[in-house]
Amino acid sequence: MTLFGYRIPMMASLLVWCVLWEIVGRLDLVFLLPPLSEVLSAAVGLVQTPSWQSATVTTLRAFFTGMVLSIVIGVPLGILMGRVKIADDLLGMWVNIFSSAPLSALVPVLMILFGFGERTIVAAVFLFAIWIIVLDTRAGVRHISPSLIEMARSYGASRRALYLKIILWAALPEILAGIRLGLIRGVKGVVIGQLLVAIVGYGALFETFSRNFRMAEFWALTIILFAFALLIAELIERAEAKVEYYAGARQ
Amino acid sequence: MPAPIDQIVAVRGISKSYGSTEALRGIDLDFPRGKLTSLLGPSGCGKTTLLKIIAGLIKADAGTIAIDGKVVSAPGPERAFVFQDFALMPWATALRNVAFGLELRGKAKAEREDIARHYIAEVGLAGFEGKYPHQLSGGMRQRVGLARALSVDADVLLLDEPFSAVDEQNRRKFQEDLIRLRSNQNKTFIFVTHSIEEAVYISDRIVLLSPRPGRVSQIIEPEIDRSGDPDLIHRDKHYLDTVQEIWQGLKQYAE
Ligand SMILES: Nc1ncnc2c1ncn2[C@@H]1O[C@H](COP(=O)(O)OP(=O)(O)O)[C@@H](O)[C@H]1O
Ligand SMILES: [Mg+2]
Repeated sequence: MTLFGYRIPMMASLLVWCVLWEIVGRLDLVFLLPPLSEVLSAAVGLVQTPSWQSATVTTLRAFFTGMVLSIVIGVPLGILMGRVKIADDLLGMWVNIFSSAPLSALVPVLMILFGFGERTIVAAVFLFAIWIIVLDTRAGVRHISPSLIEMARSYGASRRALYLKIILWAALPEILAGIRLGLIRGVKGVVIGQLLVAIVGYGALFETFSRNFRMAEFWALTIILFAFALLIAELIERAEAKVEYYAGARQ
Repeated sequence: MPAPIDQIVAVRGISKSYGSTEALRGIDLDFPRGKLTSLLGPSGCGKTTLLKIIAGLIKADAGTIAIDGKVVSAPGPERAFVFQDFALMPWATALRNVAFGLELRGKAKAEREDIARHYIAEVGLAGFEGKYPHQLSGGMRQRVGLARALSVDADVLLLDEPFSAVDEQNRRKFQEDLIRLRSNQNKTFIFVTHSIEEAVYISDRIVLLSPRPGRVSQIIEPEIDRSGDPDLIHRDKHYLDTVQEIWQGLKQYAE
């Protein structure tokens, strides 16, 4: 970012926004927006409350369960679609529709199917995350050099060895990219799911704070959620960088 | 009467079409044990297809392949393939790539790595065991591919234009090394190339294939003494004559 010809580092520009928030908050310019300092001190207080801690445990548990399910089902499904034409023909259309559909609209359906509880949140994470994992895995499998597969066959690879020692590894860069995007979508899923269900985890907290106009805590919780989403994206990006050494150097 | 020659690979009546493209028609060929036979022909005449049919990687429409008298229809441990584009696993070191054939056969790690190290040294790559494919030049990558084929101890080595993606200097060096390797490995080589000079330089026998549909048009056995300085071969009268003879035969197919 540049301002008046000077390059401003990321942290500095963040600082500018923070100061702006503080000023706008103190001047009471925007309805329901307390100053940043108040929000931050609310955040410090919030993380010490048992209700936040148990909401966080519930939220993380739902998020990770949903993610594990979407990886464990999504990766094999993507590999199947990348390798078997019939599977691709049958499933391709649906995966494409779901990966670009406005899934928030389906969360109420999930509530009917799974009830007003954690299971709905898990289902929302799964529904948001899985499709991009399937699509990227499929693309990765499609890009595997045919001679690598012939190589494995010519040296007598069993079907199991072909999948575990060649296909999975050769498609790994795309699989990881899919998982990273899936995690980001999964965060959306957990947030939207909780907001709609509103009696579980952060959703319940948001509901309480907004109903009682506890805006400092409301914003504190929002910031915590953002930080959590960024942290996850960052972690995955690092894991990807480790695999990149061969992703860019593939023959 | 000369003693009957021991044929290790027998190709009988092999035909293959891809859709409406007829790639091979009625190929009958024998490959003598311990010799290096080249399949030579213009691009697109079906050399790779024939080699992969022998390897069991492609099914023929008609005909059979027999190894030591036994008809085969799938890959087997008595054949090892060297790929035109190397087909190395980019996520694995040279050592693991070379040992991969043995890994698939379930050989213990320490044992297969010892064997792999031996063949890595044999192809002149000692010291590069821990390098990944992208850290190696094209020529070195193909040496890894060759070491992998050698390490499974197959009787028949199938090489599909192994030097075509290797630059000129390294190709010369590699060809010399192959001649040296051959003399101390008792193996049968089937070598696909489109280069007349390369075929004459390294082969005991050259099978000329005609353009589509591929058929055997001529078999040549250049009698070149390869025991001396490899550089001298390029100036050997018989070498030059054979190159010329093949060129005269193939000229009709060139555009
Ligand atoms: N998988 C394939 N599908 C369709 N046509 C193919 C396929 N593989 C090879 N061909 C065709 O078959 C012919 C022989 O191919 P190939 O065996 O690769 O020849 P060469 O190795 O001598 O260049 C070519 O005309 C090629 O276009
Ligand atoms: Mg070819």
